[in-house]
Amino acid sequence: MTSDAGPASHAGPASDAEARAAGELRDTSAATRQGGEPMPPALRPRELSRWAWRQLTSMRTALVLLFLLALAAVPGSLLPQTSIDPGRVAQFIQAHPALGGLYSRLGLFEVFRSPWFAAIYLLLFTSLVGCVLPRIRVHAAALRVPPPPAPRNLDRLPVHHRWTVAEPVEEVVQVGARSLGARRMRVLRGPQEAAASRWVSAEGGYLRETGNLLFHMALLLILFSVAAGGLFGWKANVIVPVGSGFADSVSQYDSFSSGPYLDASGLPPFTITLRSLTVRYQTSGQQVGAPRSFVADVGLRPEPGTPVEAKVIAVNHPLELSGVKVFLTGNGYAPVITVRDAKGHVAFSGPVPFLPRDSNMTSTGVVKVPDLSPSQIGVSALFLPTALIDPVRGPISIYPDLKNPQLFLGVYSGDLGIDSGKPSSVYQLDTSKMTLRTNGRLAPGQTLTLPGDLGSISFDGIRRYANFQVAYDPGRVPVLLAALLAISGLLLSLFVRRRRVWLRATSHGPGRTVVELAGLARSESAFLEEELEEITGELSARLSVVRDEE
Amino acid sequence: MAINATLAQVSNYLIYSAMLVYTGAFIAYAAELAYGNSFIRRQAAVPGDVVGAGSGEQTVPSELVAVAGEARSASSGGPAGGTSARRAAPTGAPSGSATDVDERPARADRVGRIGVSLTVLAFLLHAGAVLTRGLAAGRLPWGNMYEFNVAGALAVTGVFLALLVLGKPVRYLGLFVIGPVLLILGLAVTVLYTQAEQLVPALKSVWLGIHVTAAIVSMGLFTVGMVQTVLYLIQSHREKVAAAVRSPNFMDRLPSAAALDRAAYRMHAFVFPLWTFAIVAGAIWAENAWGRYWGWDPKETWAFITWVVYAGYLHARATVGWRGHKAAYIALVGYGTILFNYLVVNIWIVGLHSYAGVS
Ligand code: HEM
Repeated sequence: MTSDAGPASHAGPASDAEARAAGELRDTSAATRQGGEPMPPALRPRELSRWAWRQLTSMRTALVLLFLLALAAVPGSLLPQTSIDPGRVAQFIQAHPALGGLYSRLGLFEVFRSPWFAAIYLLLFTSLVGCVLPRIRVHAAALRVPPPPAPRNLDRLPVHHRWTVAEPVEEVVQVGARSLGARRMRVLRGPQEAAASRWVSAEGGYLRETGNLLFHMALLLILFSVAAGGLFGWKANVIVPVGSGFADSVSQYDSFSSGPYLDASGLPPFTITLRSLTVRYQTSGQQVGAPRSFVADVGLRPEPGTPVEAKVIAVNHPLELSGVKVFLTGNGYAPVITVRDAKGHVAFSGPVPFLPRDSNMTSTGVVKVPDLSPSQIGVSALFLPTALIDPVRGPISIYPDLKNPQLFLGVYSGDLGIDSGKPSSVYQLDTSKMTLRTNGRLAPGQTLTLPGDLGSISFDGIRRYANFQVAYDPGRVPVLLAALLAISGLLLSLFVRRRRVWLRATSHGPGRTVVELAGLARSESAFLEEELEEITGELSARLSVVRDEE
Repeated sequence: MAINATLAQVSNYLIYSAMLVYTGAFIAYAAELAYGNSFIRRQAAVPGDVVGAGSGEQTVPSELVAVAGEARSASSGGPAGGTSARRAAPTGAPSGSATDVDERPARADRVGRIGVSLTVLAFLLHAGAVLTRGLAAGRLPWGNMYEFNVAGALAVTGVFLALLVLGKPVRYLGLFVIGPVLLILGLAVTVLYTQAEQLVPALKSVWLGIHVTAAIVSMGLFTVGMVQTVLYLIQSHREKVAAAVRSPNFMDRLPSAAALDRAAYRMHAFVFPLWTFAIVAGAIWAENAWGRYWGWDPKETWAFITWVVYAGYLHARATVGWRGHKAAYIALVGYGTILFNYLVVNIWIVGLHSYAGVS
């Protein structure tokens, strides 16, 4: 690596200058890996695989893979995604069956978990490793090598200054070396040269490459941390009406997803009770009805037997305990409904969470009463917090808060279809084996008497419910740290200036020493001209400049 | 907290005033370039006169006239008659070499300076509008698209003025920066206008301040970088035509293609880490608000796409054969992804980030 300045040497300054003049790459380590290598003539497996590896780790391949990655992400943003909104995916497939089927087979509804997306980023990261590891080796070696000697003709370099001072060569060299050293450059003083001259060579900005390597390694670390989070973490959702609660166990959650390495018995044993949920909406103006605050007051029992602590969970203020975070992610209405049989016995009673359908909280829900004779009862209901019967659109809610709550019911009797053992959604009523008995409209406190001897349905009141997401992601903190590392590396990589500066002092008789100062940028935005002008100014201030140069 | 309607109204008046003054600045910059143009025509009549010291291939007017834009203190070379061999297209003025330069109409320069003064005035009015809007709503004034536009335009002007304050020779950018600023503000006050209101709960977070501020400043910087890239492409196509043949126009008053290319690269290199930071801050915010730091929401996805494209741009610059035009086109694609994210995703695509406030 530490070659002399011969024109044939790759690392030498003169060849660098030539490379630069030819518009080539400055970084010699990367220059050796440019794409476009010819195919080897003999395709023996070993050579072929080496050739393939070189192709994969070339800059050009990295570039192509980067663009592929960007391109591959596009459908993930334009098409509905199963992991984000399965309902919209189902709608899309229903609306465009042929296209939907094709997209589905191509994985376009689950882009970010599709094999082809994974293939792109895994190839990219393989390329990254193949690219970065050799560079680490080269860089580590370069860190131990002194700056290269000054080339013979400094005036051939792109930036070059020349002037005359009164001090002798030795002193000029000393002042120059000190000035360059003060710029945190590595300085090497050359030996006495033939024509009563000496040079100083300095190189600075090694941190640029260090930062670049750090950045690329940190990207790898991000990938690993995200993967670790996926493998060892879990995520659950639960709907909790005010006054109710849940314990941190898989059976209590409405949905639970985890990586393959979860020990479900290891969930922290807390229980949370929702004491109240405060929801405020904009009451006037252009954005009337826009949500303004959601706050859940909860009672937290960290472990069985411990006292209950009062806590607040709000949007942007999750509750955290032993690595598990509880987020408030939504809210809705749970009308309290009681179903009685003909004799007045209660067959069902309790808050029923309804799913909000629009920003004014038009909500839909279902009540299934299987244990009722003579036949099972199913209720399909629409809940409107502020009801309005629109002549065109029918009953809709015009404001999300409870101004004029109304429950619209369709009551069915027959077979609910839940005994067949097939899983069925609590939010959907399968009416294929049921008949519509009556429709009704209830305000809180009212009761609808069903025809025949089916009994009655009462709308007793309304409770709000909160949607909690409970998540454990062990990759969270490592991802953040790795991201911060990546940014630090990036800053070094982009703002540290890699450059070489040479100074040569040549005696032209007593009291006349010609100073030559030249530099070579080894990275973009080196601002070399500015720096050399600064150095020239510094040296001129410390040395006595002789004006009349021949 | 209640909205202060009077202050909100003051904010609106300030925006209109700022737009008026920006228009003045825009006209001044245009006039500067136009004056310079007539000057160039006069100069072009006497070719050969405009040659800088010695270097034969640099007799093109653009090099000479770039001096006007790149009016950097031209301490060419060393102190005592030093020489500075600038092989790559020079960015500094070869001071004293071409005396004709100093006869450049002082009027053009004066008009340019007026443009800068008006820009400063407009910037202050504009900043006042943002401030009063924030005070009116009692929060950071970037919570819907109207406010993003206004703050983003402020960031663009701010970047331009900051470069001037730092002594960078960027006055030539004036026309091309104030134009987009007026366009962004025009869109804001017409299509996107939203009354000052409080925020939906998901936006109430310190990370909103950090993430959105970083994103808005990044978009300002990307916009300036895009302008420089476009100018570079135009200039570079111009330079392909022999100087004697092409008809002189205002582009001759701009820096050389090489200088524009370098300036654009520096702008992009500067903004890339900030954009990275904006994404990280956004992820922290998302984690607090939605319980996951990354969920491939359309908005997040496009921020990622932008990031990847600009990473590609930086890589391309480091690869033989991909510098110059190809890299420039990548940068423009990158800017396209920003626009798409801002205009299309915000307004038309369903996602968690539905805060456009446009109805
Ligand atoms: C996950 C994919 C990657 C991303 C997001 C990425 C991003 C970046 C960024 C933003 C830079 C700019 C920093 C600078 O200019 O110094 C950079 C530089 C660089 N990257 Fe990557 N990179 C990736 C993969 C790769 C791969 C696979 C290679 C090798 C084949 C590679 C080699 C390089 C090199 C050599 C530089 C330095 C360029 C220079 O001389 O300025 N990168 N990378």
